[in-house]
Amino acid sequence: MRRTLTLVGLAAVPLAVLGVFFVLPVAGMISEGFYVDGQLDVGAVVEVLTRPRTVRVVWFTVWSALAGTALSLLLGVPAAHLLHRRRFPGRSALRAALLVPFVLPTVVVGVAFRELIGEAGPLGFLGFDGSAAAIVAGLAFFNVAVVIRAVGAAWESLDPRPAEAAAALGAGPAHVFRTVTLPALRPAIVSAASVVFLFCATAFGVVLTLGGLRYSSVETEIYLLTTNLLDLQAAAALSIVQLLAIVALLAITSRLRAVADPTLARTTARPPRIGRGDWPSVAATALVLLLVGLPVTALVVGSLHAGGGWSLDNYRALTTEGSRQALLVPATTALVTSLRTAVDATWMSLTLGVLVAVVVSRRSHSRTERRARGLLDGLFMLPLGVSAVTLGFGFLITLDEPPLDLRDNPLLVPIAQALVALPLVVRTLAPALGGIDDRQRQAAASLGAGPVRTFATVDLPVLWKPLLAAAGFAFAVSLGEFGATSFLAREENPTLPIVIFHLIGHPGAMNYGMALAASVVLAATTAVVMLAVERLRVPSLGAL
Amino acid sequence: MLSLDHVHVAYDGVPAVVDATLDLPDGQVLAVLGPSGSGKSTLLRAIAGLEPVGSGRICWDGADLAGTPTHKRGFALMFQDGQLFGHLTVARNVGYALRLHRVRDTDARVRELLALVGLEGYADRLPATLSGGERQRVALARSLAVQPRLLLLDEPLSALDAGLRERLASDLRDILREAGTTALMVTHDQEEAFTVADRLAVMRAGRIVQQGDIAEVWRAPTDPETALFLGYARVLDGPEAAVVRAATGLAGDGPVAVRRSALVVAAAGPLSGVVLSARATPEQIRLVVDVDGIGELDAVAPLGTHPGAGDRVSMVVDASRVAVLREAG
Amino acid sequence: MRHFRAATPALLATGALVLTACSTVGGGDGDSGTTKDGEPTRVVLVTHESFVLPEDLQAEFEQQSGYELVVRASGDAGALTNKLVLTKGDPLGDVTFGIDNTFASRALDEGVLAPYDATLPEGAEQYRLPGDDDHALTPVDNASVCVNVDDTWFAAHDQEPPSSLDDLADPAYRDLFVAPGAATSSPGMAFLLATIAEYGDDWPDYWERLMANGAKLTEGWSDAYQVDFTQGGGQGKRPVVLSYDSSPAFTIADDGTSTTSALLDTCFRQVEYAGVLEGAENPDGAEALVDFLLTPEVQAALPESMYVFPVDAGVELPEEWAQFARQPADPLEVDPAEIAANRDDWLREWSDITSR
Repeated sequence: MRRTLTLVGLAAVPLAVLGVFFVLPVAGMISEGFYVDGQLDVGAVVEVLTRPRTVRVVWFTVWSALAGTALSLLLGVPAAHLLHRRRFPGRSALRAALLVPFVLPTVVVGVAFRELIGEAGPLGFLGFDGSAAAIVAGLAFFNVAVVIRAVGAAWESLDPRPAEAAAALGAGPAHVFRTVTLPALRPAIVSAASVVFLFCATAFGVVLTLGGLRYSSVETEIYLLTTNLLDLQAAAALSIVQLLAIVALLAITSRLRAVADPTLARTTARPPRIGRGDWPSVAATALVLLLVGLPVTALVVGSLHAGGGWSLDNYRALTTEGSRQALLVPATTALVTSLRTAVDATWMSLTLGVLVAVVVSRRSHSRTERRARGLLDGLFMLPLGVSAVTLGFGFLITLDEPPLDLRDNPLLVPIAQALVALPLVVRTLAPALGGIDDRQRQAAASLGAGPVRTFATVDLPVLWKPLLAAAGFAFAVSLGEFGATSFLAREENPTLPIVIFHLIGHPGAMNYGMALAASVVLAATTAVVMLAVERLRVPSLGAL
Repeated sequence: MLSLDHVHVAYDGVPAVVDATLDLPDGQVLAVLGPSGSGKSTLLRAIAGLEPVGSGRICWDGADLAGTPTHKRGFALMFQDGQLFGHLTVARNVGYALRLHRVRDTDARVRELLALVGLEGYADRLPATLSGGERQRVALARSLAVQPRLLLLDEPLSALDAGLRERLASDLRDILREAGTTALMVTHDQEEAFTVADRLAVMRAGRIVQQGDIAEVWRAPTDPETALFLGYARVLDGPEAAVVRAATGLAGDGPVAVRRSALVVAAAGPLSGVVLSARATPEQIRLVVDVDGIGELDAVAPLGTHPGAGDRVSMVVDASRVAVLREAG
Repeated sequence: MRHFRAATPALLATGALVLTACSTVGGGDGDSGTTKDGEPTRVVLVTHESFVLPEDLQAEFEQQSGYELVVRASGDAGALTNKLVLTKGDPLGDVTFGIDNTFASRALDEGVLAPYDATLPEGAEQYRLPGDDDHALTPVDNASVCVNVDDTWFAAHDQEPPSSLDDLADPAYRDLFVAPGAATSSPGMAFLLATIAEYGDDWPDYWERLMANGAKLTEGWSDAYQVDFTQGGGQGKRPVVLSYDSSPAFTIADDGTSTTSALLDTCFRQVEYAGVLEGAENPDGAEALVDFLLTPEVQAALPESMYVFPVDAGVELPEEWAQFARQPADPLEVDPAEIAANRDDWLREWSDITSR
């Protein structure tokens, strides 16, 4: 009884936050669509679902997200092997660099990508511009880092002995991978895939920018319907489709994840150097580097062009308010705002994430309890799959009365970002906690350690590394978040992505250059933060 | 003193422990013996406060423990595989509970405990560098550190190999005696139980089928299944049992359980039979004999004799290796 | 190794402290916006993300009016309008700026705004929204969406640049035009309206010809102008782009002339309005701000800060603007009420034509 109460208590805080800042606004927005002039009108919503356009949009969303996920996995899993199981100079720098795309504002990435594959770009001959292939590549660009991180972390702590045993029994490397390593990694891969799929399925800017307006996804359609046409019925219908799809996805993945769940046997061995047999991972990593590096290089090169030659003028201009006072604040001030917001979003999502991860990863005493945990786990994935527009507008119409008069609250932005980052945080932490033998906790308890002390002794040492990884994720998500942020009421201080959006949205070579320079600064900041996180991880590697 | 009063524990709706009642006086070591799935581990976990009790009471010195969480019960729990904290050294593992209780001069006490379990000089090692036996010794030292009111041992030796298990079992008995610890050990190995414990409770299908002083339980298993589980080779009933009872002079009319070495070849024994097979071991010769009036049964012969298949032999019955059961199977 | 572990909790705690020290939580002002006796102390302006008011002007307003100015800027004009409609009755602030003539009818129909008859500066009367008889919306600035051409490109290719909408569908100008889409961008929508004004019910036919002639559509203005236009920030290949009448003022070459020009027969004029929100907590402050936006100081700052023309004809324009940014004398127009009634159908039909 006490146990149940404790768990319910732990879950209460994240549930309350999710309830107020997600369920309430989204439900409010959806019910706007169902009620026309105060009358419940389900028929109109159902009618939307049968429109040929809706069917086309849903179909495109599903297959493009599947393709994007597949490509991310195809490139990310081998790269995770190289970056987390092999030793080579510059490894942590490379790991940090590969996370950069994750934070770049889509509008900038869109420009960078199109500089490459557009008619005049160096890759223009491929004819990718405006094609579905470009969209899929763009999705992979953004999400391959998630796969590398999530799978890499699991791989790093995988006991190498079963693989060695299989090799000793005469299995070749491919066979070992297929029969031993892959099954052990499956939970991590499935986790990463489900998150990536959600990111892909709800991608917004990539689809519009790279698809040349020929493609619509559910997300872009909801945006159009809500902000442009105020067709809330249709938007509600699509939001429900989104929610149902996520629930289905979560049900499938939780089943797939449950099949093999290896207890994490943490290894202390130093990873070996790159060997001849590593060529597949080296090749995949090279491809990832190309995919990530080319657009980023285009960005850097563009940012160093000013006044017809090479120059740092664009960077110098960042400390000003633009050549013609185009900005309210210098880009440097916006960067500070971004960092502060990210700090808030990070601690919020980590606090919530740890609570959720603890609750969902504890061993269940009954089937009902297990189900409840599974539901909870899924519930916190939902924010990933709901349009930022729905959430943003929902905030405005539901959080307007005391005690929830929060729509002007400056914390709304970090809270929204924290909710977006939360699924990643939970997905990073829960497997680590789930891998802990429950008897460790029982041993500590039987020696007289209370719950807090038990957590510190047993969970924290294991959680430490994933916690840092999760913090990095949350920070990165917050730094780059644009969708929800741009919809929420904001004080005078804009974040850097918003400043970039503002700069690139106006003519003038200087504005364009500054936008690119600001993007490079944003990317570099992220890389530095990630690198710092990597550094912190190194000492803990031997101790765990 | 630990007492269980009609305790029921269900796991996910399925009863795991049914109506368990037992007492464990201070300073005694109780072994709960049962095959896997008999509910003995669940019983131990319920005592530790790790499983919710469905009905009945678990009391210490008469006080119900229902509201007391694990960490406040003052019971130490030692697992089959030790469950040492991998990131802490041996000394810090052993001193863990001491630090929790803010015991002064932890180092000296840790040294003392390591000496007790025979691991002097291991203080700075990490668990990953220890052998299985060493780990269990560390786990034992860790459990004993703050002199728990009750030590709960969950198959403490079964992960170890046979030779080590035997040696560690007697060490465990000595250490527990020396520390004067009240302990409850769950095991499926009757040798281990016999070596370590004073008292024995036998569990089967969630129920405690027999309990008492270990020698008594041994001498008088309550039913054929218990007898077989306690290491008796055969349980004889009806006329066969009567033949053995007569040969031994044992009273009663229940079935008789015999160990493999109960029948010993001797010149003028009351039983006789034909040797079916013979096999020499370092200590004695093991036979299978077709005993008159009973049928096929194990027997032993001293070294130096040479009974072969087809030989007719006569045998005596070693009364200490035979038990008359209270009830039929 | 062990020392590190022991230090971990301390490290975490320190880290947490350092992090919270630079968060935004501590920065909450807890200002309720009113004095003790319930008098409002601030004006809340709800606007779109492109709104920029130079700091000194903001200070001037606060000094003159005695109110603190709080700016809540987010989304584009469409999102802004729809936000105001959704929060009708419990408005997000006191005053709004940034509803344009393509969305104005919806705001008026929904009764989002309270009437306020501000005194308009000289020449501003022509920008009033047709049908806004209560004067709920006050015109503040305008900018026309026009097709722009890269004159240097056409000079280099020895070709006469196009001059009309019709020309864009002429095979002579095949694969040269890029424009942001109507569904995803406000200038794109303005361009669609321009073609509707020009061709009436035959507009779908025009768009089919336009697409058949290799017109390229992008998500937003920045994509079209910065990436695909030959005079944009990148290395675009298309010398004809949809942009603004003011854009030529930003493409001044070393010799002091502009490399681009706007085709003034292709323009659709967007006017941005300010208005007092119905149910405002501080209607006086809201009216003061509307008046302030019409002062010569603010009007003069508009070109530099928001890239738009002032409605005050008496205000002097920046030098480049005066020289190169020519405004259409007779822009194409569509009745705002008609826009409100047909936006949905037009966009749907446009999407069908362009995604074929």
